[in-house]
Amino acid sequence: MEKSPDQHIIEEVTSGEYKHGFVTDIETEVIPRGLSEEVVRLISAKKEEPEWLLEFRLKAFRYWQTLETPTWAHLNIPEIDYQDIIYYAAPKTESDENQEEIDPELLKTFDKLGIPLEERDRLLHGGTAVDAVMDSVSVKTTYKENLAELGIIFCSISEAVKEHPDLVRQYLGSVVPYRDNYFAALNCAVFSDGSFVYIPKGVRCPMELSTYFRINAVNTGQFERTLIVADDDSYVSYLEGCTAPIRDKSQLHAAIVEIVVNERAEVKYSTVQNWYPGDKNGKGGIYNFVSKRCLCKGYRSKVSWTQVETGSAITWKYPSCVLQGDESVGEFYSVAVTNNHQQADTGTKMIHLGRNTKSTIVSKGISAGKSQNSYRGLVRVASSADNARNHSQCDSLLMGDACGAHTFPYIDINNNTAMVEHEATTSKINEEQLFYCQQRGISTEEAVGLIVNGYAKEVLNKLPMEFAVEAQKLLSVSLEGSVG
Amino acid sequence: MHLLEIKNLHASIGDKEILKGLNLTIDEGEIHAIMGPNGSGKSTLSAVLTGHPAYTVTEGEVYFKGKNLLEMPAEVRSREGLFLSFQYPVEIPGVSMVNFMRAAVNEHRKYRGEAPLNASEFLKLMREKRALVELDNKLANRSVNEGFSGGEKKRNEIFQMAMLDPVLSILDETDSGLDIDALRIVSEGVNKIHTPQKACVVITHYQRLLDYIKPSIVHVLYQGKIVKTAGFELVGELEAKGYDWIKQELGY
Repeated sequence: MEKSPDQHIIEEVTSGEYKHGFVTDIETEVIPRGLSEEVVRLISAKKEEPEWLLEFRLKAFRYWQTLETPTWAHLNIPEIDYQDIIYYAAPKTESDENQEEIDPELLKTFDKLGIPLEERDRLLHGGTAVDAVMDSVSVKTTYKENLAELGIIFCSISEAVKEHPDLVRQYLGSVVPYRDNYFAALNCAVFSDGSFVYIPKGVRCPMELSTYFRINAVNTGQFERTLIVADDDSYVSYLEGCTAPIRDKSQLHAAIVEIVVNERAEVKYSTVQNWYPGDKNGKGGIYNFVSKRCLCKGYRSKVSWTQVETGSAITWKYPSCVLQGDESVGEFYSVAVTNNHQQADTGTKMIHLGRNTKSTIVSKGISAGKSQNSYRGLVRVASSADNARNHSQCDSLLMGDACGAHTFPYIDINNNTAMVEHEATTSKINEEQLFYCQQRGISTEEAVGLIVNGYAKEVLNKLPMEFAVEAQKLLSVSLEGSVG
Repeated sequence: MHLLEIKNLHASIGDKEILKGLNLTIDEGEIHAIMGPNGSGKSTLSAVLTGHPAYTVTEGEVYFKGKNLLEMPAEVRSREGLFLSFQYPVEIPGVSMVNFMRAAVNEHRKYRGEAPLNASEFLKLMREKRALVELDNKLANRSVNEGFSGGEKKRNEIFQMAMLDPVLSILDETDSGLDIDALRIVSEGVNKIHTPQKACVVITHYQRLLDYIKPSIVHVLYQGKIVKTAGFELVGELEAKGYDWIKQELGY
C-alpha cells in the first residue's frame, strides 16, 4: 500500500532526540534487588529513621502485599517484576561527614541539566531555591539558610524527619494515606527522598522553591515523597522538574506529593515532567505512576496545579484537590504530550466538600505518533458543598492518524445548587494552518511548534516565566518529526 | 531569463484535473491580472505555484528566477521570494502576529545568510510596514487572523507581504469582502511595495481592484488554460460583456 506523505514523514523524521539522556559516572551505593520487609527495614535503617516511621512503612508494605495492580486506566502496562527492582540507590560522596561539599560530578550533572546548585549572589528575591534529588537521596538544597530567616523550612524530607519530626508526623500520609492506592502504598513502604516545605503563618515565600528529580542509577526505582504545608495566609510557588538517562529497560517512578493549604493560604505547584520517554520503537522509558493531592483545608485556601507532561513511557497521574474549606479554590492546568509509543492517562479530581468552593480544569492533550493520550477526571460535589462551581475544559489535538485521544470525565453531584460545566473539543492539526506558515517561509517543524505552543498557551501562561520558556522548547522538541 | 515561466502546467486535486496545459510568462516590473469565471482554476494556480500539498502536478514545468520551482518545498518557495495573499487567511489560535512574523522574517533572513533581527529592530520593521496598510497595533498583538474582520484579514495579508518583501506576489481575490475604503488602503499598500524589480499577479473577478492596481497584462483563465491575453482594455470589455463572448470566440 502506498503511504500518504503524512505517514512517510512521520516514519522518516523521528529526530526528536531526548536531550537529557546522559549518565553520570559516579559510584553509587545500592542495596540488593527485591522487595521484602527486610528491605523496608534496611531503607529505614539507612536513613536512621525513628520507630514511628518504620512502623508507617511496614504497615504500608503489609497492606501493599494484599493489593493487585490496578487495571482501570486506559494503559497497557507491561507486567512489573517488583523483585527485580533496586529500591535504594545513593550516589556515594567522598565526604559523607561534610555535607557542605558536593561531589563535583554531581555538580556537573545538575549544571548540565541547567540546575545551578551554587547559590549565586543574593538571589533571594526572584530567584529559585533548589532541592536536587538524585536517585534515592537529596544531594543539596540551596538557599536553605536565607529561607530559614523567614521561618520557611525547605529541606529534604529525610532531613525534615530528623529536624522537624512533629510537623512531618502530623502531616505525612494525611492527604494521601497509605491505603489510597496501589502505588501510594508502595511509595509509603519504600519512599526514599524528596522535599519538605513549611511556610509559616502570614509568610509569602519570596522565591520559587523547586525540586529537581534525577534518576541516574540502573535498575532502580525512584520513590520520592514531597510534603508541602502552607500555614494560614501564606503563599508559595513550587516547581518540580524530572529527567533520566536513556536506557533500554524501563524504570519505575512512583511518587507521592501531598500538599496541605490552610486558611487563606495559596500554593502553586508546577511540574515539567520530562522523564525519558523511551525510544521511537517504545523501548525503555520511565513508568511514571504518581499520586498527587492537595487538601484545601481552611476558609479560602487555594491551590493551583500546573503540569506539562512530555516525558515517560507511561504516565498515570491525577493531581487532585480536596476542597474542604468554605470558599476554597482548586485549579488544574495540564498539557500532556505523547509521541511515538508513549501512553498517558492523566487528569484530576476535584472533590468539593465546603460551601462556595470553586474549581477549574483546563486539560490540553496532544497526541502524535502511535501514542495514546487519555484525560480522566472526576468532579464530585458532596451534599455539604452548597453553591459549588466547576468549569472543565478538555481539548485534544491529534497529529497523524495512528494515535489516540480519549476523554473520561466523571461527574458525581450530590447537591442541587452545584453548577458544573464541561467542554470538550478534539481537533487535528490543520493542514491549512501548516501551509499558511510554510507559505510565509516557516518550516513544518517550526510551524508545528508554533501551533502547538499556541494551543497550549492558556496552560503555559500559568507557569513561572523561566519554566514557561523551558516548557515551550520542550513541547516543540517532543513533537519533532511528528507531522508531515 | 524570465522571473516566472510556466510551461504546459497540468495539476489535479484528487482525481480531478483542474489545470490543463497552462502557459504563462512573467517578467520583473510587470503586473498581471488573471480573470475568469468561477471554477476556471484561478485559485488552483496560486495554490500549485506556492506548493499546497493537496494539489498534484501531473505534467509541465515551472521556473522561478531560473530555478525549478516545483522541486522546492513550500517554505523554500517563500524564502526565494514567492508570496501568496490568501483568499481565505487562516486563523492560528494562540500564536500572536508578532511571534508569527518574527519566525517568518528570521527564516527568510537565515536563508539569505543574515543574522536574525533583534527585538527592537524587528518591532521597528513591524511599525514601519504596519503603517503602509494602516494596520492597528492591537491587531499585531492578537493571534494570527483570529477575530479579524474580513477587511482586517486582507490588510494583514498585505502587511505580511510588506514584511517579507517578495519578488513575486500573487494576490488571490484580495478584493473580496472589502469595502471601498479598505480596497483603497490595500491597493495603495500594494502599489507602495511594488518596484520595477518585482512582479505581481492579481487574481480577481472585478474591475474595481484593477482600477487601483493597474495591470499591464490581462489574462482570461478558462477551463484550466489561459485562453486570452491582452492589455488593460480587456478588463473593461469583460466588465461590460462578461465571459460569454470569449467562450463563443473560442467555440465552446
